[in-house]
Amino acid sequence: MIPVAFDYSAPTTLDEALTLLADAGEDGKILAGGQSLIPVLKLRLAAPHAVIDLGRIDALRGIREDGDHVVIGAMTQHHDVATHPLVAEHANLIARATQTVADPQIRHRGTFGGALVHADPAGDLPAAALAMDAVFHIVGPGGERTVAAADFFVDLFTTAVGDNEILTEVRMPKKTAWVSDYQKFTRVAQQWSIVGVAATLRIENGRIAEARIALTNMGSVPIRVQAVEQALIGCAIEEDAIARATASVADGTNPPSDLNGDPDYRRHLATVLTRRAVLNAA
Amino acid sequence: MTITEIGASRLRKEDQRLITGRTRYTDNMVLPGMLHIALVRSPFAHARITAINVDEAKRAPGVIMVLTGKDVADEQGGIPSAWPVTPDQKAPPYLPIAVEHVAYAGEIVACVIGRTAAAARDALELIDVDYDDLPPVLDLEEAMTDTVLSHPDLGTNLSATWIFDSAAAGTGTDVAQALASSEVVIERTYYQQRLIPAFMEPRSTVVDPTGEQLTMWSATQVPHILKLMISLALSIPESKVRVVAPDVGGGFGGKLAVTAEEFITLLAARRTGKPCKYTETRTESLMGAHHGRAQVQRIRLSATKEGIVTGLDVNLLADMGAYLGVITSGIPILGAFMYNGIYKFPAYRFECNNLFTNKAPTGAYRGAGRPEATFAIERAMDDLAAELDMDPVELRRKNWIKHEEFPFTTVAGLEYDSGNYEAATDKALKEFGYDELRAEQKLRRQSGDRVQLGIGVSTYTEMCGLAPSRVLGSLDYAAGGWEHAQVRVLPTGAIEVVTGISPHGQGHETSFSQIVADRLGVPFDNVEVLHGDTQVAQRGLDTYGSRSLVVGGMAVVAAADKVIEKAKTVAAHLLEASRDDIEFTAGAFGVKGTDQSMTLGEIAFAVFSAHNMPDGFEPSLDSDATFDPVNFNFPHGTHLCAMEVDTETGAVTLRKYVCVDDIGNVINPLLVDGQIHGGLVQGISQALFEEAVYDESGTLVTGSFVDYLVPSAADLPMFTTDRTVTPALTNTLGVKGVGEAGTIASTPAIVNGVLDAVRHLGVDDILMPCTPSRVWNALRDAAQGGGRHRSPDPSSTKPDLDPAGGN
Ligand SMILES: Cc1cc2nc3c(=O)[nH]c(=O)nc-3n(C[C@H](O)[C@H](O)[C@H](O)COP(=O)(O)OP(=O)(O)OC[C@H]3O[C@@H](n4cnc5c(N)ncnc54)[C@H](O)[C@@H]3O)c2cc1C
Repeated sequence: MIPVAFDYSAPTTLDEALTLLADAGEDGKILAGGQSLIPVLKLRLAAPHAVIDLGRIDALRGIREDGDHVVIGAMTQHHDVATHPLVAEHANLIARATQTVADPQIRHRGTFGGALVHADPAGDLPAAALAMDAVFHIVGPGGERTVAAADFFVDLFTTAVGDNEILTEVRMPKKTAWVSDYQKFTRVAQQWSIVGVAATLRIENGRIAEARIALTNMGSVPIRVQAVEQALIGCAIEEDAIARATASVADGTNPPSDLNGDPDYRRHLATVLTRRAVLNAA
Repeated sequence: MTITEIGASRLRKEDQRLITGRTRYTDNMVLPGMLHIALVRSPFAHARITAINVDEAKRAPGVIMVLTGKDVADEQGGIPSAWPVTPDQKAPPYLPIAVEHVAYAGEIVACVIGRTAAAARDALELIDVDYDDLPPVLDLEEAMTDTVLSHPDLGTNLSATWIFDSAAAGTGTDVAQALASSEVVIERTYYQQRLIPAFMEPRSTVVDPTGEQLTMWSATQVPHILKLMISLALSIPESKVRVVAPDVGGGFGGKLAVTAEEFITLLAARRTGKPCKYTETRTESLMGAHHGRAQVQRIRLSATKEGIVTGLDVNLLADMGAYLGVITSGIPILGAFMYNGIYKFPAYRFECNNLFTNKAPTGAYRGAGRPEATFAIERAMDDLAAELDMDPVELRRKNWIKHEEFPFTTVAGLEYDSGNYEAATDKALKEFGYDELRAEQKLRRQSGDRVQLGIGVSTYTEMCGLAPSRVLGSLDYAAGGWEHAQVRVLPTGAIEVVTGISPHGQGHETSFSQIVADRLGVPFDNVEVLHGDTQVAQRGLDTYGSRSLVVGGMAVVAAADKVIEKAKTVAAHLLEASRDDIEFTAGAFGVKGTDQSMTLGEIAFAVFSAHNMPDGFEPSLDSDATFDPVNFNFPHGTHLCAMEVDTETGAVTLRKYVCVDDIGNVINPLLVDGQIHGGLVQGISQALFEEAVYDESGTLVTGSFVDYLVPSAADLPMFTTDRTVTPALTNTLGVKGVGEAGTIASTPAIVNGVLDAVRHLGVDDILMPCTPSRVWNALRDAAQGGGRHRSPDPSSTKPDLDPAGGN
């Protein structure tokens, strides 16, 4: 499989990258880990004239704390996200979801930012970021802007990041001492989610005090289910009560139909997996 | 002779180079001035080609030539079918490049030859093909009615109907009578989904037209068959073609083919006068290389109330796909002799209807006909056990051939030489912990556990070692089934073994070296096994059908024995003894009752210099042998698995797998385990994961590994593989085939296990692959309908595919 020929550049600063991207106009494409972009190019589903590799811009990589936020650079590899102590402590939902992505080779190449900008409805990180109330930092010709997770995922493979823009980092309010689980339902170990459920909870005195629930692959974008989050508040950690609180999680969703299942099956799975995610997290 | 090598678990000589890829895989080859080929393929399943415009492509940078079907109509020949299963078999011409009509999505319509692979690929986009859509035939039951034709010019979708009837053949009684007079009749329709062989190395061909003898390197299992077919189909004298299968990265039957791509590469090289290379993309491989299985099996099995089987009627619809490849038509018929499995019953009838559809052609896929047969009989035995409320192992015990009854002539007319089903089964039951797992199953049922447990049983046999030539003749196959070997003794005493088989990952260089090292008493490292090049291995019939060791290995043994006989003559002469007094042990020829002896190496050098040879002795120890087996051999075994079904999600987990296989004597236990493990995974994968799916317009939906699911090690437990040893009586090594056993046995074991977990919930059948959504739907139907979920219809479970979905 051979892509259409393109110009390749690997700038070392963000400014340089932005200039190259602006020069390329509509024909430019950012390359992060390449795990999604390269297959797209090889299948000739896209044919950009200029590919701009962010791999040499060190400033875009790494994980740090900033007051009551954890900040993950867009170019941080999945492996680093999944194993970083700050993520484990303050955003363990992100660590759990990232551990389910693909296989070790891909986790050493694919990036946090790349997975979020790619916005595959079956990708695992968008729902986790949504449940974590993530805020996305985007720079473009006009400078920097921030977008809340609720506004970031626009449609299938489409986010708030414009053609001439670059996602630089993702900030998440620390959810220290929250517990979490990511239930990923697949047929083989290395597969995109048929349905995924991200759950993170704060528990006080044996009852759920706060909850965030988001669904993967139950629509064209990840879905946060606030009605269920509300219903879970005050719930004891007990199967029947949690089953009741989560029973409506798939209401009104319009999931895809494919070889792995029809919408009915996916709605059923979402319900079962939400209950399991909450119970596992707690 | 002291045996040291046979039975040793040697690592493969081949591993280093095959695993790192730093070897002679065809696509690694670069020849001076070599050109590259890219192919335009039809996106339509069925259409007429009304126009092809290649002008722009011809002018594109780096393009040397563009060929359409019209351009090569006079010289492209056609892919031959070597197996006219009936005298009136019908088949459309199978052209390398389509001229007017395309019959499956992926069929080749034009060829670009470029200076680089990228130039050729870029130019594909500049070729304009106009098609007139025709309605595609995609469903076998519909194909049988001829309401829509896959090849309008042929007038029917039916290629051939092939029948075996035990009453007519004199091997048994009349099945209609047996069915009519039996107390219980199990009537089922099983669906063998289409599978894709999914070998790791994509197909690749290089042709060098330089010189009188053109050379084709190809990622093939069958260099000898390929050479012959090229000569016949393209009217090139056979002596002017050399075919080389260099290192080949897997085949599983998928490279037991003579392909359009090979013909096209040859035509391109001939037209341009330059070496040409074609390597397929993974997408092309999945859509264009032949598929396997794809049958509808209508089964009727009759028995007494006590569970004694009285008859079996099999009616098949077999999907040929759009064309007949070399052995497409014979695949379902290879199963005809195996539907009776390990059982004795008096009446059997088999009818197979070979049908054309507008899908990729089918062909051999690991097991080829025998997995389908084994699946049907082993499923039916479980269904009968359930009907009679009998333990499935007990039911089998009542019906199988007892060890003291061998040799046994079956109702299908084969003579099983040896076997011991009792021993293998008893061992398997014990290692599996059958009784304990049945007890756990009972508890889970009683408590209504969310996770139900099922136990899958499969007691199989198969016919291996294709094949006695006279049997192939009686089945109207064009070629024989012998194998050739040559053992060459070099002046230093090093040995070259030339074999006509064509390994593609199995490890024959290792196992054949072990055999020869023992036979000739030379070190393992002094034996080289040469194969796959028709200039080196002039005679051969290649590798498939679990034949390499049992047929090819026997030829090697026979050739080695001839070397020993020649060396004895020389030894007697040089040691001035009577030939009758020469004894051969551990690589040395000694004179009985003396301490005089010569090593094989010493004799080899004496023969090389030829200064002092017996009168009339041709100075060479090199020997040829051709072995034609007198019978197949019949590995067997008992496979047991524990399946967990999550009744809430439909997810199926293989918890435990135990198999005891009887493949006779073992040359290299490590290689045997490797074959069993790999075989098991492919069979399990048919049961749980793989399916080639076409949408309503005939487009392959599973056109990448995102959708065509193959499992990895992470999806499977450790297997327990054990053996019993009942040597084959049809070859002197006492060996049986092992390459396909795991695949043949495991598919029914898994599905039986899944059904055993949910049968008490009202589910009697689930289509393969048993996906979570299918299992969940079956459970829901059974719960909602109150009745039993019996005969799923594959077309009704086709998902409503959302073009926006997927990745
Ligand atoms: C075999 C396989 C299995 C996989 N399985 C899973 C799975 O189970 N779950 C899962 O979630 N993912 C899976 N992935 C995808 C993986 O997570 C990818 O790494 C991810 O989707 C893309 O990240 P990347 O860094 O490789 O981005 P790239 O492929 O380089 O880029 C993806 C897209 O994002 C754009 N982009 C990337 N970074 C930026 C940026 N900073 N600013 C602006 N635009 C940007 C690119 O232009 C491109 O359009 C799998 C991938 C493969 C190959």
